Amino acid sequence: MHYLFEPGLFSSGPVRTALLVGAVVAITSGVIGVFTVLRGQSFAGHSLADVATTGGAGAFLVGLNQFWGFLAAGVAAAAVMEGIGVQRRRGRDVATGVVLGAALGAAALFLYLGTLRTATTGASFTVLFGSIFVISQDTVPALVASGVVALLVVALLARVLLLTSVSPDLARARGVNVRLVGIAYLAALAVSVSLAAVAIGAVLSTALLIGPSATALRITKTPARAMAVSALGGLLATWLGIVLAYDSYYWPPHGHGWPVSFFVVALVLIGYLLSYVRPRAKRVPRSPHEGVECSPA
Amino acid sequence: MFSGLMMNTWITASIVAVIAGMTGFFAVLRGQTFAAHAIPNGAFAGAAGASLLGINVIWGLLVFAVGGALAIGALGGEGRTALRRSRNDVVTALALVLMLGLGALFVSMGSQYAEETYADLFGEVFGISQGEVLPIAALGIVAAAAIAVAFRPLMLTSALPEVAEARGVSTRRADLYFLVVMALATSMTVPVVGALLMFSLMIGPAAAARSVTARPGTALTLSVVIALATVWLSIALSYQTNWPLGFFVGTIGAAFYLIGQAARAVAPHRAVAG
Repeated sequence: MHYLFEPGLFSSGPVRTALLVGAVVAITSGVIGVFTVLRGQSFAGHSLADVATTGGAGAFLVGLNQFWGFLAAGVAAAAVMEGIGVQRRRGRDVATGVVLGAALGAAALFLYLGTLRTATTGASFTVLFGSIFVISQDTVPALVASGVVALLVVALLARVLLLTSVSPDLARARGVNVRLVGIAYLAALAVSVSLAAVAIGAVLSTALLIGPSATALRITKTPARAMAVSALGGLLATWLGIVLAYDSYYWPPHGHGWPVSFFVVALVLIGYLLSYVRPRAKRVPRSPHEGVECSPA
Repeated sequence: MFSGLMMNTWITASIVAVIAGMTGFFAVLRGQTFAAHAIPNGAFAGAAGASLLGINVIWGLLVFAVGGALAIGALGGEGRTALRRSRNDVVTALALVLMLGLGALFVSMGSQYAEETYADLFGEVFGISQGEVLPIAALGIVAAAAIAVAFRPLMLTSALPEVAEARGVSTRRADLYFLVVMALATSMTVPVVGALLMFSLMIGPAAAARSVTARPGTALTLSVVIALATVWLSIALSYQTNWPLGFFVGTIGAAFYLIGQAARAVAPHRAVAG
């Protein structure tokens, strides 16, 4: 046990904060990610994280806490994407791509202006890859609260969301406002993604959003179970990643920690690949004509 | 603005615009926007790895771009149903995340990270040497030839996948072929223009062209023309203001798309691929 938990792991303040924030991020991403994968919005989920970087860079520029920048940019981008989002899938991807391109350009500008002013080139790296060990104590309540809000929105909408994800036409026939549900969902996604972006970096928040949920959807049969498995898997990957990253200070090359994001991504991927190894016989035989399925991944 | 060193910039950027306009047209048509984003971005991690090992950055870019393209093409589902596409998205996301995770590791192990990261992501288009222009020109010709040779199967599998399958053209193989061409194009252009710029340049102009015309030939030409216009405008503005090129490319590309959408709203036409 001593080899896994290096001395001083649990007495360190930053590590405790990291474990707490990591847990919130993993659970929120895990639950919301199930819908992201079901709705085929992986690209939007990833783009929102990238767009949030723009907000992070902008916040850095004006000297605000990055989290608010991430959050504002993420929610604004979600609104724009849904606004110009064509209902057809291909058009939606293109609209997402255009928003993403424009936002990344703005990020380039903000980072450039930021480095002009403060001469810390490391900023672009922190904004993109985040660092869970340097979250300031005063943002923790805001982080936890936004995670809870996102979860609540999805929990309240869960049934309707599932229906609109699996069969929008049926939902429409039952009088559900598909568009409104889509916007509410995308806003929750934006909140969850900006949260993850702060914790493990904008770029790698995709790992926690897509990986555990895709894995869970492959190995479970009902959406509710998929959400539970996904949240649990994400939590496990995050905590183990944090512990390994902390330990890695004692690994070669000496005095050089390995990034948390690398460990989290590696663990998430191992989980996804393992879901392929599972014996095929256990899968429920499905009719080839069945139009709706719960496990697209 | 047109002095010796700047001429290299103009020439290189024009070649990159042509490559991006062509590959972007098919990326948009085939619904592979996400892959167009993932491959250049993931390739950037390869650059970090190569500079860690002390070998030429190009090798790292090549390995990661082509590796990523093959992974996306091989593990992603075949066919165009919603189910398969969703799985395709998941595989693309995970491939991207894996490459970026490795990138974070490489960068943290290297020493001169911040400047390099910035250059690989946002490009260093000013200050291209004569020696860098030639390989990119060669690559431009190769990429154009690769697309010209496979133009008909690529069009057919994009627009009418069922007809293509019936005629014995494999959609999946066409996907793989196109992704590898895109990866090759990317690995040469990323160190010059940056991963983010390459993506903006592929999507904005192509999407704008597609919303104006439904004819494939016209749309392809228009896509290249808009890409060129975007790049030229951006270089001029960036030269004048000293602001990063990526900012102008991103915003001008998006502006062209909005103009295209507005034009479409005024004079609607029938889309070519459903």
